[in-house]
Amino acid sequence: MALRDTKRQINRPIRHWWTFRGQAIAEQWLDLLPRVLTEPATLNGCVVADPPGAAEVIGLRQVSRRFDGMAGVEALSLSIAAGEFFSLLGPSGCGKTTTLRLIAGFERPQSGSVLLQGHDLTDAPPHRRPVNLVFQNYALFPHLSVWDNVAFGPRSQRLAEAEIRQRVGQTLEVVRLSELARRRPHQLSGGQQQRVALARALVNAPAALLLDEPLAALDPDLRRTMRSELKRIQREVGITFLLVTHDREEALSLSDRLAVLHQGRLEQVGSPRQLYDRPRSAVVATFLGAANLLPEGNGGGMRLLRPERLRLSATPPEAGERGLRARVRELAFQGATVEVRLCSDNDLSLIAIDTTAGLPDHLRVGQELWCRWDPADSHLLETPSP
Amino acid sequence: MWLLGLYVLPLLGLVPLSLSEPLSRFGLDTVFTGRVANYSEVLQAYGPILLRSFSFAAIATAVGLVLAYPLAFAIRFRGGRWQPLLIGLVVLPSLSSFLVRAIAWTSLLGDNGPVLGLVESLGLTDGLNGLGVLRDGRLLNTPTAVIIGLTNTLLPFLVLPLVVAMQRIDPRLLEAAADLHAGPLRRFIRVVWPLSLPGLGAGLLLSLIPAAGDVVNPRFLGGPNDRMIANAIDNLLLVQLQAPRAAALTLVLTALITVAVGLQLRGRGLEELPLP
Repeated sequence: MALRDTKRQINRPIRHWWTFRGQAIAEQWLDLLPRVLTEPATLNGCVVADPPGAAEVIGLRQVSRRFDGMAGVEALSLSIAAGEFFSLLGPSGCGKTTTLRLIAGFERPQSGSVLLQGHDLTDAPPHRRPVNLVFQNYALFPHLSVWDNVAFGPRSQRLAEAEIRQRVGQTLEVVRLSELARRRPHQLSGGQQQRVALARALVNAPAALLLDEPLAALDPDLRRTMRSELKRIQREVGITFLLVTHDREEALSLSDRLAVLHQGRLEQVGSPRQLYDRPRSAVVATFLGAANLLPEGNGGGMRLLRPERLRLSATPPEAGERGLRARVRELAFQGATVEVRLCSDNDLSLIAIDTTAGLPDHLRVGQELWCRWDPADSHLLETPSP
Repeated sequence: MWLLGLYVLPLLGLVPLSLSEPLSRFGLDTVFTGRVANYSEVLQAYGPILLRSFSFAAIATAVGLVLAYPLAFAIRFRGGRWQPLLIGLVVLPSLSSFLVRAIAWTSLLGDNGPVLGLVESLGLTDGLNGLGVLRDGRLLNTPTAVIIGLTNTLLPFLVLPLVVAMQRIDPRLLEAAADLHAGPLRRFIRVVWPLSLPGLGAGLLLSLIPAAGDVVNPRFLGGPNDRMIANAIDNLLLVQLQAPRAAALTLVLTALITVAVGLQLRGRGLEELPLP
């Protein structure tokens, strides 16, 4: 305690000089967090049955939730650690939103258990869970100002008025909305509404922030801006983020770890790099990016070759390289890169992506050339067919 | 426009009548004498009844609201695909005549009726007597009976606008409130209540006015001391044959209601009310 006090005193003058005010706020939150999580009053009656576990914030154990003819999840197990930016990636209908709603408490699993900070909260109602959700369409309260929207959670938890004011003020600063505190949601742009939704959840200092396709409703430019905003905010507050998305770029660029869901089942969990370079299945391979899947042997095995690993040249492969003779079918200029679709002599469809600078000159549709690659750049899939 | 023709013109026609005097004690013929005293006389004579009318209507509306809010909430958020059917069930009683319903209540609330039987078997008779809800262990011919009848009459007019207003509340707002640590009661007070206020306004308009002017319930369910203002007008006109005073009383009632409506509509038009 004494150590922390000294640390804060040292940090205090810096706050006035640095524009990186998030640091101070993150620190305050880190101070707040243990209090929120240990004081029953601020926990708003959270069911506390088991001793808290180590660093696991969200744990799903063999969770199943089935609907009549709707997407559900099947025997899903997941463990998300404190401070992680974790993404659930999958096509629509894969069960990722259901997973989020199971964690938030809007759905109850038919079997399995949901652990939050080591406590079994499978049957706890949403308002007794130490997590907060950013809704896909934001679900802001239309009758309340930005300030009152953000203050909704702290007021529900009956915090002292002074603390509510302080927390709301700070959170609005983190999302850079302090000037708009008096506005109503309908007077805000989509990006601003998004920030309010974020602030409204963050102000509660949740153990984990759940985000349901938070950027889907924004136009592409704004989406890119908000993406880096999300990363910045997560860094500043240090809270676990669980992001649900169908946008692979979003998941790859933001996450520390991500999981690919397919038809209600977990396909693979790992770092973005792992999943992109060494996917276990064709589903993961194709969902994370353009992929060339080359047949391997006669047992139905498959080898993944990312398009950017393929080199196009007029000369045949050198020693240690592999190669295929192919004909250019389609050229798509994309600015920094060119996407080339080819058809090999043995009737395989191939995609190559290269920087504009790296391609042989005079590339034309119908041209015959060599596709070459280093075998070390390819990856053999464990479970070949989806 | 048609409101002007159908509502305002007949009322204007009442103005000269309300300033007249009857020609004889046995007919409805009157002569215009500009007698303003009609007003002070009816106000003096019927002030208490006027007050009683509005308090009965207010109590019935309050009881109705306590019933209507959970009902409307359940229909909107828990009704699912049964929603149209449930709304139909709410409206169904209104399709039968006021008269028939009031008479049905007389047998339900009568001395040998099921309601008193239930009260008795629960041993509540003495307690309710003490509270003034029952009079000498009887329910019929008490204010309570009138209010029960009124509540029954006005319930659909409260429920329907509330359901319509709640249709405009995104159910995700309730989820968001729950996610932000609000329990069921807080979700209602902070989200459903403020967002249903337009429906509440419309419901109050639609229920308070007919309730204050109701004739049937007090006559069939109430005792001689539970008469309401419409009974008084009825009596003045058809029994005492005092058409000018009846007209004066009608205009007073109308003025009071208009003021109430005006307060309700202050700052917004009828169009904004979510009338079903």
